[in-house]
Amino acid sequence: MKKLSARRRHPLAAVVVLLLALACTGGLYAVFAPADKAQAEETAQSLTIEEGKKLYTVGCASCHGTGGQGTSDGPSLVGVGAAAVDFQVATGRMPAATSQGAQVPRKKNIYSQAEIDQLAAYIASLGAGPSIPTEEQYGPGGADIAKGGELFRNNCAQCHNFTGKGGALTHGKFAPTLEGVDPKHIYEAMQTGPQNMPSFPDTTLSEQNKKDIIAYLNAVNSDETVNPGGLELGGLGPVSEGLFGWIFGLGGLIAIAVWVAARTAKAKKS
Amino acid sequence: MSTTETTTSRSRGKAPAGERVADWADGRLGIYSLAKANMRKIFPDHWSFMLGEVCLYSFIIIILTGVYLTLFFHPSMNEVEYHGSYVPMQGQLMSEAFSSTLHISFDVRGGLLIRQIHHWAAIIFLAGMFVHMMRVFFTGAFRKPREINWLFGFLLFVLGMFTGFTGYSLPDDLLSGTGVRFTQGAILSMPIVGTYISMFLFGGEFPGGDFVARFYSIHILLLPGIMLGLVVGHLILVFYHKHTQFAGPGRTNKNVVGMPLLPVYMAKAGGFFFLVFGVIAALAGIASVNPIWAMGPYRPDHVSTGAQPDWYMGFAEGLVRAMPGWEINFWGHTLVLGVFVPLVVFGLFLGAIALYPFIESWVTGDKREHHLLDRPRNAPTRTAFGVAWVTAYMIMLIGGGNDIVATHFHLSINAVTWFVRIGFFAGPVLAFIVTKRICLGLQRRDKDKVLHGRESGIIKRLPHGEFIEVHEPLSQEQLHTLTAHEQYKPLEIGPTVDVNGVERKVKGSEKLRAKLSKAYFGDDSQIAKPTVEEYKEITSGHGHH
Amino acid sequence: MSSQDIPEENLPAEQDTTHGAVTVADEKHPFADPGLPPHEHRIQDIDERAARRSERAVALLFTVSMLATIGFIASFVAIPHDKSIFVFPIGHINAMNFALGLTLGAALFCIGAGAVHWARTLMSDVEVADDRHPIEASPEVKAKVMADFRQGAKESALGRRKLIRNTMFGALALFPLSGVVLLRDLGPLPGTKLRHTLWSKGKLLVNMNTNEPLRPSDVAVGSLTFAKPEGLEEHDHDFQTEIAKAALMIVRLQPDDIKDKRELEWSHEGIVAYSKICTHVGCPISLYEQQTHHVLCPCHQSTFDLSDGARVIFGPAGHALPQLRIGVNDEGYLQALGDFEEPVGPAFWERG
Repeated sequence: MKKLSARRRHPLAAVVVLLLALACTGGLYAVFAPADKAQAEETAQSLTIEEGKKLYTVGCASCHGTGGQGTSDGPSLVGVGAAAVDFQVATGRMPAATSQGAQVPRKKNIYSQAEIDQLAAYIASLGAGPSIPTEEQYGPGGADIAKGGELFRNNCAQCHNFTGKGGALTHGKFAPTLEGVDPKHIYEAMQTGPQNMPSFPDTTLSEQNKKDIIAYLNAVNSDETVNPGGLELGGLGPVSEGLFGWIFGLGGLIAIAVWVAARTAKAKKS
Repeated sequence: MSTTETTTSRSRGKAPAGERVADWADGRLGIYSLAKANMRKIFPDHWSFMLGEVCLYSFIIIILTGVYLTLFFHPSMNEVEYHGSYVPMQGQLMSEAFSSTLHISFDVRGGLLIRQIHHWAAIIFLAGMFVHMMRVFFTGAFRKPREINWLFGFLLFVLGMFTGFTGYSLPDDLLSGTGVRFTQGAILSMPIVGTYISMFLFGGEFPGGDFVARFYSIHILLLPGIMLGLVVGHLILVFYHKHTQFAGPGRTNKNVVGMPLLPVYMAKAGGFFFLVFGVIAALAGIASVNPIWAMGPYRPDHVSTGAQPDWYMGFAEGLVRAMPGWEINFWGHTLVLGVFVPLVVFGLFLGAIALYPFIESWVTGDKREHHLLDRPRNAPTRTAFGVAWVTAYMIMLIGGGNDIVATHFHLSINAVTWFVRIGFFAGPVLAFIVTKRICLGLQRRDKDKVLHGRESGIIKRLPHGEFIEVHEPLSQEQLHTLTAHEQYKPLEIGPTVDVNGVERKVKGSEKLRAKLSKAYFGDDSQIAKPTVEEYKEITSGHGHH
Repeated sequence: MSSQDIPEENLPAEQDTTHGAVTVADEKHPFADPGLPPHEHRIQDIDERAARRSERAVALLFTVSMLATIGFIASFVAIPHDKSIFVFPIGHINAMNFALGLTLGAALFCIGAGAVHWARTLMSDVEVADDRHPIEASPEVKAKVMADFRQGAKESALGRRKLIRNTMFGALALFPLSGVVLLRDLGPLPGTKLRHTLWSKGKLLVNMNTNEPLRPSDVAVGSLTFAKPEGLEEHDHDFQTEIAKAALMIVRLQPDDIKDKRELEWSHEGIVAYSKICTHVGCPISLYEQQTHHVLCPCHQSTFDLSDGARVIFGPAGHALPQLRIGVNDEGYLQALGDFEEPVGPAFWERG
C-alpha cells in the first residue's frame, strides 16, 4: 500500500485513475442499468396493476372481497396466479352470474385481452401463482400427438370423454366440452384446476406433457379434424349410435317396408 | 328301374336346359315335391310382417361382412407398436387386435366401409329383432301352434345380444375393454364360482392375454353357428305354420290370403334384401360407428366418461347403474348384491317375456290353433303387460345412458339415477293401467262404430235447430272386421260341493288361475262385443229418425 | 293342466262357422263374413301406357344400379384411400368411405327398388286364399305311430333288460365329463391372486405421466396424480395385468379436511394414495372433484368421498376404495409402506 501511495503523484496516475473510473462506471452501469429498466417496467407494471385493481373493484370485488381475500360468495384469489384469471375471465366464466347452478358455465367474454391482462396482473400481485403461458408452451411445435393421446386418456378422458366432448359429474356438475377452447385456456385449466377440476401442475404433468395433450386435442377435436367414418354423432359413443341406428336405420327400413307391403293404387281411385 | 330311367330321360331330352338341370336335381333331391308345396305358397301383405325379414337380411349382411373382416383381423393380444397411417396413434403400444382394426379402418381400401356396415347391421339386427318380437307379442302371434317359434326367436335375440357384445369387445379398444372389465367384475360377483369362472374365461387375471382370441372363436363360430341353426329352424316353422294374418273379409282362421311366393314374394322379399343392404351400406358411408381410433387402445388404468355398451346391452347397464351398492359379509365371504342382483334381474326380466305365452295359454286354457292375429286393443291385459315390460326396458335404457341424459338435458346424474330407480317399479305399473284404459276406450269406440256407424264429419241442422253429426253405417266388411275377434269368459271355480254333497278340495293353482282369468277377461278388462240383438235394435231405431 | 278342466263355455265360439261359403249379410247375421272383396284393377292392368311407364321405371332403376356399381369400382380405383373431403353437413370425412358407401348403397337399393316396383305394378296382384290344415295328426296316424313306437321299444327289450338300460345311461351320463375335464387348463385357480398387487414396502410411487418417482412437494393440494409402482414399465409383458390392480390415484388434502382417522394415519402430510380401480366392477375411477373431494366412476357413477376414507356415498359400489399406506424414504421420495391391506377392484365371494 505504501508503494501505491508513493506513486500517487506519478504522471500516469491520472490515466490509471481515469481508466479505473471508466471501468467502474462501465461495471456499475452493467450492474445497475437493467435495474433501472426493471424499475421502469415496475412502474409500468404498477400502472397495470392499478388499472387491474380498478377493474377488479368494479367487476369482482363484490364476491371475492375488496382485496381478493374472498367472501362467502367467492373464494380467495390470493395465490391463484395470472393463469387462473386469464382462464376464468377469457372463457367468460368470471364474472359469474349471481345465482348459478351446480357450476359456472362458459359464456361470452366481456373483457378485452388488455383488460384481462390488467386484472391478471393485479391478482398476481396479491400472491405468487402460475403465470399466463406463452405461445411456445402451448403451441404445436415439438409436440408428440400420440403421446398426448395416451396422456389424455390417462388424465383427462375420464371426465372430458375420449376426444374431449365433455361428460357428467355428480349433482349436475359436468366436465365441459373442449371443442373450440383456446389452447392457451386448456393449458391454464390444467395448470390451475378451475372449479372442481383438479390441477395438473408441472410436477405431475410436465410442460411437455401439456403441450402433447393440447396437440392431441387439436388433432382429434378441432374444426379441421377428419372423421373418416362420416357423421360423428356427437362423438358420444354407443348411446348416440344406438339412437341413430334405431331412428334412421330401422326407422328407414320400416318406412320402406310400408311401401313394399302396401297395396298398389287401384285404377278406380286414381 | 333302368328302363324307366331311360324312357324318362329320352322323353326329357328335348326339354330346355333349365328344365334339364331341374330334372337332374329332382332325381337326386326331390325338388319338385318340395316346390309343389312351396312355390305358390301364400304370404299375406302387411308392413309389420316384414320386420322379421329386416332381421334375416341384416343377419346375412353381418355374416357376409364378418367373413370379410376375418381376412384382415388378427385376434391376438400381443403388444405391438403402431406404425400405420393414422397419425395420432403413431408409436403407441397396443394389442395386435387393435392395430389390425386400425389397419382395416385406414389401410385396407373399403375396409372401413365393411367394418361400419358390419356394426350398423348389428345394431339394426338387434333393433329389428326387438321390434319384430314386440309385433309378435302384441298381435298374439305367439299362440298355439307358434310357441316354439317364439322361443326360437327369443333365443336368437338373446344370442344376438351376446354375439354383438363379444364382437364389440374384439378390437380391444378403450371403450370395449371397459365393457369387458365390467363383464369380468360381474362374473366375480357370482357367489362361490365367480373367481373360478373369471380365471378360466380370461386364462388368469384380467385382462391377461387370451380373451380376444377366445371371444373371437365365440363371436365368429360358436354363437353364429347356433344362431344360423335357429334361423333355419325359425324359417322352416314359418313356412310350415303358414303366416298369420289379421281378420278381415275372407280372412279366417282356416285360410291364409295374400300373394304367391312366385313371383310376387320372390320379387318383394328378394328386393327387400337389396333394399335393406342398400340402406345399411349408405348408412355406413354417411355415419361413423364405433370409431375405435378415437377411443385408443385398451389400458386397464385408462377410461373415458360416457362408457356404454351398444344399445342392446343398455338395459342391463341401466340395471347395474341403478342398483344400490349392497354387499353382505358373512363367515369370511362376500355376497356382492350390488352386481349380482342386476345380473339375476337381467335374466328374470328377459325370461318374463319369453315365458309369457305359456302363462297366457294356461290362464285361457285355450288349446286351439290361432292363425288370426289380435288387434292389441282386443287383448287389453296382454297389451298392458307388454307395454309395462317395454316401459321398464326403456327406463333401464335411460338408466344405461344416465350420464349422457344428464349432460344433454342439464340434469343431475344423481337425479336421473333416482328417477330410474323409482321409475323401474312405478313406470310399468302406471303404463299397465294407462294402456289397459286406452285399450278399453278403443274397444268402446269400435263398438260405437259398429252400432252407430262412422262419424262422417257432416253436420246437419235439424228443423228444431239442433245440430247433429251424421253417422254413416259401416260396410259389411268393416262390420265383420270389427266384430271378428274372440272374447273369453272369465273362468269360474266350479261348485266346490259335488252332487253328493262331498266337498271338493280347491287347489291353490286353480284359485290363482280363476283370479288371473278374471283379471284378464272380467268386466273391467274387456268391453263385450256388440251383439246381433243390440245391432238390430239400434239400426231399426235409426230408421225412425 | 289339461284343457279338460276348462269348461267349454268359457272358450269363445269358433268364429268361422261360415268358413268357405261367402255369406251375404242377412237379418240373422249382420256381422257375417262377406268373403274376399272382388279384385280391382290397377291402372297398369288396364292401361298399357301406364304399364310401360312402370316397365321403364323398373329398367331405369336397374340401370342406375349398374352405373352405381361402376361408380363403386371407379371410386375404389381412383380415390386415394387417405383422401379427406368436406361434405356439408357431415364435415371432414374420408372420401373413399363416403363414395364407396353411397355407390354400393345406391347399387343395392336400386336393385331392390326395381324388383319391388316390378312386383307392385306389373305382377298380378290378385289375392289368393290358401287353406290351412290342422297341424295335429289325425287319431289314426297317432295310433299308428304309438303302435310302431311300442313295437320298437318292445323289440329293443330296453324295459326288460334293466342291466343294459342302466349301464347305458351311466355311460352316456359319464362321458361328457371328459369334456369338462378338458376345460381345466383354460386358466389357473384363483388362489390368492386377487389379493396381491405389485406394491410392497419401499416401492417408490412413480408418476405415470413423467415416469419419475414422486416427491411430496410434487403433489399440490387440489391436484390429481396417477402413479404406478417403481419397476413396472409399459413394455413389460404383464404390464396390463399388473397395472389393472396396481394403478394408484394420489391427491393431497388439507390434513384438517381428512375426517377418517386411519386415512390420516396412512397419508403423508395430507397426501393420500387410493386404488384407481373401482370396487364395483373395476373401472379406473378417477373423476376427482377437487372442491368436494368426491371421485366418481364414469362407468356406473359410484361416488366415493376421498376425505372420509373413500367411503361410498352414491351408486352401486359396495365398499370403500382401498388405501395404500405411504411414507417418504431417506431420499425424500414417496414410497409405499406395504401392499394394499385388502383386495383391490371388484368384490368377490372369497373376499371376506
